[in-house]
Amino acid sequence: MQRSGLAGVLRETSFYGAVAFFFVLAAFPFYWMVITSFKTNADLYNVTHIPFWFNDPPTLEHFRYLFEKTLFATWLLNSLIIGVCVTAITLVTALPAAYSLARLTGRNGEALGIGIFLTYLVPPTLLFLPLSRVVATLGLQNSMWSLVLVYPTFTIPFCTWLLMGFFKALPPEIEEAAIVDGCSLFGAFVKMAIPLSLPGILTVVIFTFTLTLQEFVYALTFVSASDQKPITLGVATDLIRGDIFYWGEIMAGALIASVPVAIAYNLFLDRFISGITGGAVK
Amino acid sequence: MVSIAEPVAKPATPFRFLLDRRDLLGAIFVAPAILYVLLLVGVPFLMAVYYSVSAYTIYDPSWSFVGLANFEQIIGDPVFRQTLYNTFIFTFGSQILGLILGKFGALVLLRPFFGRKFVRALIILPWAVPIALATVAWQWMFDSLYSVINWTLIALGLITRSEAPNWLGNPHLAMLSVIIVNAWRFFPFAIVIFLAGITSIPQDVLDAATVDGAGFWRRNYQIILPMILPITAIGLIFGIVFTFTDLSIVFLLANGGPVGATSVLGFQGFQTGIVSGDVSHGAAISLFMLPVLLIVVIAMLRFIRRREI
Repeated sequence: MQRSGLAGVLRETSFYGAVAFFFVLAAFPFYWMVITSFKTNADLYNVTHIPFWFNDPPTLEHFRYLFEKTLFATWLLNSLIIGVCVTAITLVTALPAAYSLARLTGRNGEALGIGIFLTYLVPPTLLFLPLSRVVATLGLQNSMWSLVLVYPTFTIPFCTWLLMGFFKALPPEIEEAAIVDGCSLFGAFVKMAIPLSLPGILTVVIFTFTLTLQEFVYALTFVSASDQKPITLGVATDLIRGDIFYWGEIMAGALIASVPVAIAYNLFLDRFISGITGGAVK
Repeated sequence: MVSIAEPVAKPATPFRFLLDRRDLLGAIFVAPAILYVLLLVGVPFLMAVYYSVSAYTIYDPSWSFVGLANFEQIIGDPVFRQTLYNTFIFTFGSQILGLILGKFGALVLLRPFFGRKFVRALIILPWAVPIALATVAWQWMFDSLYSVINWTLIALGLITRSEAPNWLGNPHLAMLSVIIVNAWRFFPFAIVIFLAGITSIPQDVLDAATVDGAGFWRRNYQIILPMILPITAIGLIFGIVFTFTDLSIVFLLANGGPVGATSVLGFQGFQTGIVSGDVSHGAAISLFMLPVLLIVVIAMLRFIRRREI
């Protein structure tokens, strides 16, 4: 059924209009980050200038200030350390747990798996009061190590759930064959299941890392010393002097912290979706 | 001739029999994860419940039991009632806006067009990028003096400079702003969820319906919508839970203000329990999230179960 010419043109126009709308809606705040971070202050704070592009030549001044005059490099390093440690803790606990729930514990495993996943939905804003006492008792207040301790409380449930899905997708015959050939159950897990689920493990590593970068509430609650802050908290709360916001520097810092997360999400999105929606899509 | 390989007899170690017991190994494997979660989610959760019925503050860590007095006090507080109301407005406003944007966005992205992959990659950004950082960018866009939104409105001749809205300074506009930012953050997630649901519908089901005479709308509402409901429900659980308990957007964008207009439960719990050090009242405020969370999660789980059978 061919539509008449005019109706077709209207349809096309409204379709591409909708594409443009979503494009601008999603991307504009990031375009704004980019353009702000490269603008001179004289250009930024002048309401007579057209704000959408450079009226003065672009400058690296904000980035230089960020690295030389602020603790930005420290925050970057802190986030890296936190991310690596939390990922290690998460893998060591979630990998065997997911395998056990997918393969070894039968029907109870299914229920236990859902139970663990539900703890992912217990919000930080419910737990931060008692956890800040736990953190203080352990002498970790005002230290980034408190975050290394606490972040696995949401990465372990989340990653156990993701990995359960990956292990269930593996055909059990492979491990059974290994056991027939003389492997122990444990050996079959180490030598067969882990190597075969490497793509899943990689997904988990990426998402654990991005979850630690995205976290804000626990960091805000437990860490107030500037040199212990992770990058998200540092950029959002520490680049303000009194009432003055250093917009160029804030946007430059936000940009640097956002880019790796944005790339990781786009590369691993499909696995992430199939992971969290679990059994809902058959 | 095919030779059958002899099973390699490994030297038996003393622990070998342990590693071959399925139930035992299963329990050992799952124990560290369960312990971690029990100690750092389960126990703190019980502590939070106890705090809420105690007189505990950081200045007087007495743990003395006061029953439901804390709850009575906060319910009697008009600021808290405003907070509770704000939390519902914030949650449902941003979820509805996010779902509408998500459904339309998914329809747009379903159709192939030049550069679709690139557009899809960009549309994911609001959800991927750490929300605290994106919120700061929005704060700059809503700036009272240098707001790019106001600049555009003025340049288009829609308003004059003297009428330029102070987005984060006016109570109603501030609530609207935090709703917009949260909906903006969630709509890519809604798009992705809708897309995953729609593309998982087998084409032959749709073809069969078309052959049987179902038109576009009928296919949309009687086949596609019921089939994507389970996955949409999962998406909604995440959306509602994370919005209802949110702190970062409200904290960074408007700091709960002006005069409490954007104060939500998470924010109020933080202000009372952490900033003011009144732990017991803070815990009681935070616990008000629990009934809503329980209802949402149970309703959704039941719903998913029923559809699977």
